[in-house]
Amino acid sequence: MERASAALREASPALLLLGLLAAAPFLGFGQGYTMTLLARAMILAMAAVSLSVLVGGAGLVSLGHAAPLGVGAYAVVALDAAGVTEGLVVLPGAAAAAALFALATGAVAIRTSGVHFIMITLAFGQMAFFTAGSLTAYGGDDGYTLYGRTELFGTRLLEDRLGFHWVCLGLLAAVLLLCRLLLASRFGRVLRASRENPLRVRAVGFEPYPFRLLAYALMGAVAGLAGALLANATEFVAPSYMAWQRSGDLLFMAILGGLGSLPGAVAGALAIVLLEEWLSELTEHWRLIFGPLLILSVLFLRGGLAGLPAQLGGLLRRG
Amino acid sequence: MADGGPVLELRGLRKRFGGLAVTDDVSLAVAPGAIHAVIGPNGAGKTTLVHQISGLLAPDSGRVLFAGEDVTALPMHRRARLGLARTFQITSVVPGFSALENAALAVQARSGSSFRLLRPAAGQLALDDPAMEALEAVGLADRARTPAGALSHGERRQLELAVALAMRPRLLLLDEPLAGAGPEEAERLVGVLSGLRGRYAILLVEHDMPAVFALADGISVLVYGRVVATGPPAAIRANPEVRAAYLGEDDAA
Repeated sequence: MERASAALREASPALLLLGLLAAAPFLGFGQGYTMTLLARAMILAMAAVSLSVLVGGAGLVSLGHAAPLGVGAYAVVALDAAGVTEGLVVLPGAAAAAALFALATGAVAIRTSGVHFIMITLAFGQMAFFTAGSLTAYGGDDGYTLYGRTELFGTRLLEDRLGFHWVCLGLLAAVLLLCRLLLASRFGRVLRASRENPLRVRAVGFEPYPFRLLAYALMGAVAGLAGALLANATEFVAPSYMAWQRSGDLLFMAILGGLGSLPGAVAGALAIVLLEEWLSELTEHWRLIFGPLLILSVLFLRGGLAGLPAQLGGLLRRG
Repeated sequence: MADGGPVLELRGLRKRFGGLAVTDDVSLAVAPGAIHAVIGPNGAGKTTLVHQISGLLAPDSGRVLFAGEDVTALPMHRRARLGLARTFQITSVVPGFSALENAALAVQARSGSSFRLLRPAAGQLALDDPAMEALEAVGLADRARTPAGALSHGERRQLELAVALAMRPRLLLLDEPLAGAGPEEAERLVGVLSGLRGRYAILLVEHDMPAVFALADGISVLVYGRVVATGPPAAIRANPEVRAAYLGEDDAA
């Protein structure tokens, strides 16, 4: 009983965010454009959650997480060009392609650490970016337009705004749950211990490398799934999916959310996508406001958005 | 393990850092259940020796035999799996984990696969029960739920020992377990260590002379990387070469 209520308390930020997203269509946000924006935020949230597992859980600060996302998107393109549009093939296919990419690049990158790891993931990301630009069959630098969205069980569920919303929300919830379980498992325990003290982990009998590599591949798969959904959301795929700026955005979402907090990464993704949109409506020089806001948030939000309730509570008590 | 053979045997171990010989033809053996101490002044190469035994550093030549098996080429984590548990001169625990979870991590290493991805590890009795036993053995059971980072220095020392015990080791390799401990903490740790006598083979590297002479069955004296004397405590205490090189005439009790 006590345990169940503790588990509920722990899960409440995630449940609150998912509940808000579920309620959004009924709260007057059902218009086309807002729904598109929310879908985009949920998709990027999935990628940000997977990056948060890598950075906050495994200590792997990747500056190339847009690459597996892009690989997932290009898997949709490749399958579309081959005439395959069934989601039960496309979505696992995109995740598998991204996992393989992460496995191959991670096998090299994870041998390094610290700044070297950041640089090598950035380099692999740029390689993927330029490779995508040279794929003339898929539009090269100009990108590739999808004329139909991925189908699910042969139905055109994803063409429907509300249907797409539910699919994204369901997958985001599944990603949150699976990542949470992963971090709490025996595997996750070794992973977390390796972030804090790899020497201690070796001294009790584990080599951290295979644990880190598997986590890197699995989180690559999650990013690939997000990439496949993003391709469907925009019905267009271009090399810019893999640009390092997007890797930076994802990293920022995870950090803004509060490192190691998975619901925080969702909040970070929502905040950045919505803020970007809102500011760009106000002024075309929105980046002049956006940048300083990000800096202020890093300076003053100690535990990220996830730590905000506690921080506000502390202020109220003192005030 | 060969019956009656030593748990740990070093044969002609050598290590140089540039022109400096930090381990110079070191040979020694630790019998099952025995506490063997390595003493020596600062810079004698004690910690370098511990690193070579645990697998953190590779020797330039010589061999490390563990339970009769040549482990010279094995990395640290493989030696740990064989039952070689070490502590560090600067205490090494996982600060964000509770004391219990630190010990449970060690239990996990010797029980089943750790590539289990979905079932929560916390609360698994197969892990927590042996972990709790290890904490009890060092007198830290009442701090099981405290994060390791919030423990006092002496408690972290105890925890590191509990983590080593949770590995069910064949040899405990303790690198200055009393360093930085206050008199009271040191006394408690010596009590814990003497409680382990006979149950584990222990190689103890230590500065604290009264503790060494109280605990050790055998002592090797290391000076400039060389073993200048090996023998039972009484013989070491009486050895004039040792007194001159290390203990200091007036210091020798």
